[in-house]
Amino acid sequence: MDFPIISSLILLPTLGAIFLFFSKSKNNTNVTSKYLALFVSSANFVLSLYLWYLFDSSTSEFQFLEDRSWIKGFINYKVGVDGISILFIILTTFIAPLCVVSVNNTIKTRLKDFLIAILIMESLMIGVFCSLDLVVFYLFFEAGLIPMFLIIGIWGGVKRVYSAFKFFLYTLLGSVLMLIAIISIYWITGTTDVVYLYNIGIDAKYQNLLWLAFFSSFAVKTPMWPVHTWLPDAHVEAPTAGSVLLAAILLKMAGYGFIRFSVGLFPIASEYFIPLIYILSLVAIIYTSLVALMQEDMKKLIAYSSVAHMGFVTLGIFTFTQQGLEGSIYQMISHGLISAALFFSVGVIYERMHTRLINNYSGLVSVMPKYAIFLMIFTLGAIGLPGTTGFVGEFLILIGAFKKNFLVATIASLGVILCAAYMLWLYKRIIFGELLNNELKKILDLNKSEILILCCLGIPIIFFGFYPEPLINTIEVSIENLIEMYKYNLNLVKK
Amino acid sequence: MEIEYLIIFLPLLGAFISGFFGNLIGSRNSEIITSLFVSISAIFSFLIFYKVLNENYINNLNIFTWISSGSLNASWSIKIDALSSVMLVVVTLVSSLVHVYSIGYMSHDPHKQRFMSYLSLFTFSMLILVTSDNFLQLFFGWEGVGLCSYFLIGFWFKKETANAAAIKAFVVNRVGDFGFALGIFLIFYLFGTVNYNEVFKLIPYTLDKDLSFLGLNINAINLICVLLFIGAMGKSAQIFLHTWLPDAMEGPTPVSALIHAATMVTAGVFLVVRCSPIYEYSEFALNLITIVGMSTAFFAATIAVVQDDIKKIIAYSTCSQLGYMFFAAGVGAYNVAMFHLFTHAFFKALLFLGSGSVIHSFKDEQNINNMGGVWRKLPYTWLLMIIGTLALTGFPFLSGFYSKDAIIEFAYLRGNSFGYFAAGIGIFTALLTSIYSWRLMLKTFHGSYNNQKLNIKDIHESPMIMIIPLAFLAVGAIFSGFLFKDLFIGTETSVNFWNNSIFFLQPLSQDHPPLWFIFLTPLLVVLSIPIAYYFFIKNKKITSEIVNGNLPLYNFLKNKWYFDELYNYLFVKPSKNIGLYFWKKVDLRFIDRFGPDGISNLIKNISLIAVKFQNGFIYHYAFIMLLGFSALLTFLILK
Repeated sequence: MDFPIISSLILLPTLGAIFLFFSKSKNNTNVTSKYLALFVSSANFVLSLYLWYLFDSSTSEFQFLEDRSWIKGFINYKVGVDGISILFIILTTFIAPLCVVSVNNTIKTRLKDFLIAILIMESLMIGVFCSLDLVVFYLFFEAGLIPMFLIIGIWGGVKRVYSAFKFFLYTLLGSVLMLIAIISIYWITGTTDVVYLYNIGIDAKYQNLLWLAFFSSFAVKTPMWPVHTWLPDAHVEAPTAGSVLLAAILLKMAGYGFIRFSVGLFPIASEYFIPLIYILSLVAIIYTSLVALMQEDMKKLIAYSSVAHMGFVTLGIFTFTQQGLEGSIYQMISHGLISAALFFSVGVIYERMHTRLINNYSGLVSVMPKYAIFLMIFTLGAIGLPGTTGFVGEFLILIGAFKKNFLVATIASLGVILCAAYMLWLYKRIIFGELLNNELKKILDLNKSEILILCCLGIPIIFFGFYPEPLINTIEVSIENLIEMYKYNLNLVKK
Repeated sequence: MEIEYLIIFLPLLGAFISGFFGNLIGSRNSEIITSLFVSISAIFSFLIFYKVLNENYINNLNIFTWISSGSLNASWSIKIDALSSVMLVVVTLVSSLVHVYSIGYMSHDPHKQRFMSYLSLFTFSMLILVTSDNFLQLFFGWEGVGLCSYFLIGFWFKKETANAAAIKAFVVNRVGDFGFALGIFLIFYLFGTVNYNEVFKLIPYTLDKDLSFLGLNINAINLICVLLFIGAMGKSAQIFLHTWLPDAMEGPTPVSALIHAATMVTAGVFLVVRCSPIYEYSEFALNLITIVGMSTAFFAATIAVVQDDIKKIIAYSTCSQLGYMFFAAGVGAYNVAMFHLFTHAFFKALLFLGSGSVIHSFKDEQNINNMGGVWRKLPYTWLLMIIGTLALTGFPFLSGFYSKDAIIEFAYLRGNSFGYFAAGIGIFTALLTSIYSWRLMLKTFHGSYNNQKLNIKDIHESPMIMIIPLAFLAVGAIFSGFLFKDLFIGTETSVNFWNNSIFFLQPLSQDHPPLWFIFLTPLLVVLSIPIAYYFFIKNKKITSEIVNGNLPLYNFLKNKWYFDELYNYLFVKPSKNIGLYFWKKVDLRFIDRFGPDGISNLIKNISLIAVKFQNGFIYHYAFIMLLGFSALLTFLILK
């Protein structure tokens, strides 16, 4: 067996966290612990790029498979990647070091513990994206809740306990059902190995219930309407790095889960529930866009816009077209970058002014010109302007949706108009106009580490907006295969 | 390396240098670099145009793949044919003149680098738009110019009205783009490609295809045409989607000349002409375009007659002239539409830059009631604007005369009552055009001096760097009609020139309307000059009496047919209220209350009850156990 590159990816951050835990450094001001965390997470990023380099995009087979028996005959530790998952892994390893860099501006207490939480979180999320056994997936998926819960609960704002519990309650309720479904799958088929399940398929009569159980978990995490209300609260209370991880990666676990499990394992049920998904997605797009329009808190506004953007993702997945599915994955990567960038940007001014209320700002461009440029790029990305990644994702999704249903695509396109309205209005209120608030006059423009973070996010947003081929080529074959499998299954039932 | 690359990418390079290194190299260098790069681009554009003219040169360069997913494949490309070469010339020429003009106009502004950078970036986007060989890149350019327009309208970011206007422009354009995007989706759905040539080839085989949409059966070609036209309406400020254009005048005047007169707003016309191989098969869409164009031409002209802001008058005039272009395209005379687009670019840019010169001289005064009597003080500006006005109104032998009259004639030649009606509206609008244009000129330059704030001695002519670009445009405004008439709309030469870049299902009619008809419009236009003089200078009482006698009509026009109020009432306010309702009532009051909060309360209450049960009485426990046991039993039996 070759070098276990995937396990290394999963374990490296955890090792770093353990090392940090036992290091004697003092908690608050120690620089070395930060550099250690940064080194570990950056190394992991390089490793994931190496994985991408080795990755063969001409096949839809799972690659770099590792299969170890854990509980004999029941659970195997099985991990591997294909075109669908690899980009999410790279996104995770890319965002994590940026979160580490951001801490010296944002985290004032228990820095070491915070870094440990981030690193463990990274491990768990990489685990989610490459596990090929349902139980292993479940463990990673749910364990990811715990560091997030702590990040909000310990380093959060005033109402952090309420938000943390709301977050926990919502996500846990969904998870329980998913666990039951996983156990049922084991009863029905005798295995929890995803690859094997793909081959044998699950009897059509069980699929609807199982699909609903998985759906209840994924819908909460996506989040879909009407189980989205935890997200704005969680974001508002979370520290910057927490919001970034939440928006950029945690939400993507659900989208990934829909593709990998809902569509992959239960194609017949997926087809059956298309109307449900479409309706909820459309409501998410229109409803939350309208709600976002009226927000007074910047983070809440971006949180609501995340719900709308994820609405596009769920819509795209269930079009079962090449464009729709590729668009969904692209949109998730793109939203990962853009929402991370937006939350970092909000963090920048929150750290200076300690308020997130839009009304407390105005005319920032006079004192923070660099910040204004970056925020403009990210705003345009969120709006889905051609030339940013946001456009590629939304466009592919809509073109896919249009093939399936004119009306759905038309209504979803309306969301694009609303998005322009609320994002530009937000930008205008913060950046333009006269500088009225006297305290704002002393505000400092971006410092070096902030510029570094925002550059790291801004460059790929634009680069992959003009040249999305490297990403699309990576996912293309796996998506083709997924659609073929899906159609094959549907034909089986029809016969 | 092909010079096409230089034409397209030099403005981008200029924008980049001025935008990112502007502070490093200083404002003067930024101005020189951006102006120089765009001028070089303009010279090369003329070269290309010359090649097209003489050798029927065509070229289609493929730069690299942009989006390829499944059968969807769109590349970054440069397509050169007669149509795009005309647009190249218009865009780069006006842009380079505006760049030079801006050096003078913006001389007191602290953010010159940023301004020049935006102008160049706009030029680049516009070039990308016109040289695309597929709908996706077209859409990129389409949104790109919209973005630059947003930046430039809101350039004076401290002005609340400028910011509001910028957002309005972007969002209203998004409404149009919504239709445009749906059109692209539909094209991809039907043909599996977004490449012009491939789509146009397949059109004749898809004529009978029907789609069911919202329970209606609609012909696919008609639907495509209408959807694309909605996009064109947004960008070209046609009635219902026009509200952003007058507000866009909040931007600096060079911007109005470049973006909101000569180039960006004509993108809609360009789109329709570019898609002539589709539109030719849709009688329905063509009629719709005629009606919309005609209504816009008329409605915008009526508003222009009563406005007092010099730039708003010209903005409504632009709206109205764009209406003419559409109505030409609608009657199938695409080449005439392009001709008017071409001549209009010169005289409208001239008028805008001229008004900028006036505003500059009056120290940012824009109300024509506060001007007057300064024609001797501003001789060059006055003369140049006279030329622009004559050209716009269609005074004989100036450029507008050839293009506008051709539009009216082709409408007449259509031969049905619909065409006659359109021609009638066209003539009446030409009269209105003449009236509002001369009203503007007379009130600005003639009569008594009416400005309270400035002494007339302080009024000075603008510097030469602003006047010289105007002179270039004036040359175009005088001669472009006469010189290019045969090339654009001549019966045989034009077919040769356009060389399949415009598609005609049936060749255009080559008849001529009766002599009296040909003379009607120029006669009205010439006669309107003394009439305007009488009403606006000689006998102002009559004007005010007419206004007082028809106050409701006057208010209706003055308030721009109440479109803004209507939209505010119909769309803006409801959106906000619904958003607030969803947030406060549905999210917080309903979902949260019965969802997570409800559950946590429930758990709290249950645990309180449970505490009560834990009072040591054994029979309580027994009771609960019994209850649970029987429930389980019932379940098993029933199963």
